[in-house]
Amino acid sequence: MKKTYKIEVDCANCANKMEDATKKTDGVKNAVVNFMTQKMIVEFEDSADVSQVMKTVLKNCKKVESDCEIYLK
Amino acid sequence: MTKKQKKMLIRILVAALLMVILAFLPLQGMIRFLFYLIPYLVIGYDILRKAWKGILNKQVFDENFLMSVATIGAMIIGLTQNGDYVEAIAVMLFYQIGEFFQSYAVGKSRKNISELMDIRPDYANIETEGKLEQVDPDEVEIGTMIYVNPGEKVPIDGIVIEGNSSLNTSALTGESLPRDVKTGDEIISGCINMTGVLKIQTTKEFGESTVSKILDLVENASSRKSKSEDFISRFAKIYTPVVCYSALVLAVLPPLVRIVFLNQPGNFSVFLYRALSFLVASCPCALVISIPLSFFAGIGGASKEGILVKGSNYLEALSKTDSVVFDKTGTLTQGVFEVSAIHHNKLEEEKLLEYAALAESASSHPISKSLLKAYGKEIDRNRVSEIQEISGNGLTARVDDVFVAVGNNKLMKKLHIDFIDCHKVGTIVHVALDGQYAGHIVISDLVKPTSKKAISALKAIGIKQTVMLTGDSHTVAQKVASELQVDQCYSELLPGDKVSKVEELLSQTNGRSHLAFVGDGINDAPVLGRADIGIAMGAMGSDAAIEAADIVLMDDDPMKIVKAIKISRKCLRIVYENIFFAIGIKVFALICVALGIANMWIAIFADVGVMILAVLNAIRTLFVKKL
Repeated sequence: MKKTYKIEVDCANCANKMEDATKKTDGVKNAVVNFMTQKMIVEFEDSADVSQVMKTVLKNCKKVESDCEIYLK
Repeated sequence: MTKKQKKMLIRILVAALLMVILAFLPLQGMIRFLFYLIPYLVIGYDILRKAWKGILNKQVFDENFLMSVATIGAMIIGLTQNGDYVEAIAVMLFYQIGEFFQSYAVGKSRKNISELMDIRPDYANIETEGKLEQVDPDEVEIGTMIYVNPGEKVPIDGIVIEGNSSLNTSALTGESLPRDVKTGDEIISGCINMTGVLKIQTTKEFGESTVSKILDLVENASSRKSKSEDFISRFAKIYTPVVCYSALVLAVLPPLVRIVFLNQPGNFSVFLYRALSFLVASCPCALVISIPLSFFAGIGGASKEGILVKGSNYLEALSKTDSVVFDKTGTLTQGVFEVSAIHHNKLEEEKLLEYAALAESASSHPISKSLLKAYGKEIDRNRVSEIQEISGNGLTARVDDVFVAVGNNKLMKKLHIDFIDCHKVGTIVHVALDGQYAGHIVISDLVKPTSKKAISALKAIGIKQTVMLTGDSHTVAQKVASELQVDQCYSELLPGDKVSKVEELLSQTNGRSHLAFVGDGINDAPVLGRADIGIAMGAMGSDAAIEAADIVLMDDDPMKIVKAIKISRKCLRIVYENIFFAIGIKVFALICVALGIANMWIAIFADVGVMILAVLNAIRTLFVKKL
């Protein structure tokens, strides 16, 4: 399953770091962070609990880039 | 400007003002340090905080860390030696100015590009109790009557029920000529109604309408990353730790060497200063920001021209294309067939055409459509039964108890019917009734006015090979091929043959060059998928094309292929310029700093200056009108 989230991040390198951190999160199959459109597309594993996974994703992203924001609808 | 940016601007101004004031105050020693600490913290507190958080989270090596170490180091040198704090603050100040500029420029170009694609309709007019009411297009159900006034955007795909008007399709196609519509015409969303009020019955939901699909496509395009982008993000990952360690070595090794081997004083502070400048110069921001920005601007500029690119990777691949394979019908020719002659009929012409039209009534093939158009009367579907389509051959059906076979030579041979070939060039549709040959209908297709120009323009920009594939007969194909001066031409191909032909051509190309296939997107989906780059043209309103292709040309003009290739090349040229320019200046500055030729001021130019130039260069990609 794929979901798109609006994000806020200031620099392109930070966006790359967020992408890496998200990819490494359990339950995430793949992730793309698009700096230019400020969007994040996350593909989840079939068994994953989306809202739980996204909480971890947000935590992991905050670790690599304290200034970022993901808007979990 | 966003709130964040405004705050940043104020901080920059305050810090700069404080610096000016402090320059006139005769302060000494510790007091001087404390006073200079104020502008330093004003401008740099968030960087220091982020660096600290990074260390706590084991994410040590980033720009914040680089800047913090460099400036704290410079402050300490100032405190212990010469009382010069200006440099540290200036470094921080310029870094923040650079960041501010970057965020402003990127935000601005993001806005510009989204404005280019501003085709999203805000509302739909529906009639309730005799009055027009504006509603959210998302809430309009299929089959609803909507009204579009002059000057408004068509919000949802549909059919015109009442009214005549001209439509401005330039937002979708880049084409400036208006398109006329009348009652009964299909109409797609995103066009602007220019002259008359239109009453439209919707045929799709808003989410499924052309305008939504296009917006979705363009917004997601830059998520498919190109090789250059991947290269840069991998580069940045190794680069930052490498420069940090190099700086450490630069600070420690030369003084040690001097003390141990040369019996000279260590000059620790000199080398510490050099190491700090080295860190300042090394920021990878210029690269990391300018590459995706170039692609984003390139995709945005292309969409303004009616060329939708589904990802940065496709733009990159397109720039390396050196062979272009075309489908004939609908791509190089108009795909609008007209019956040009009816021959050898034992029956009346009318009757022959009637049988053919009835038999083909259920088919959506362009040839069937032209037969129906030539027949021109209402079709009574009840007269037709047992329709059997034989792909690439034609079809058979029962019309009023007569067994009708309509198709090409192959079909006639298959059914063992003697047929008479025609001397005219065109698509020959043979008709047999109850196994007896009844005559044939000649249908011809017109070459698009710009096809020839497009082929020669492709050759002029260095495309080595142009190939035409068609399911049409050999004679027709040869005529078109020689008229257009296509290098190679393969005819009488079934849809499956096209795939294998493209595979054959693909195996002839080496790994570096790419092959693009251009089709009309309706029946070429497998080939579009198989080629390195699939380009679908004339895609207004065709979902299949938008799905299958990598690049979608919104109108039918083959010249747009040339334009797309030019845009991709310009974009890639700018990307490479930025990569070489940024890395080149960085390396040069790093060497100068390490040797002590350049100071921290040069270092800050290598960082911020290069980034600003790279961003400005990247924005150039947006301007594609004159290509």
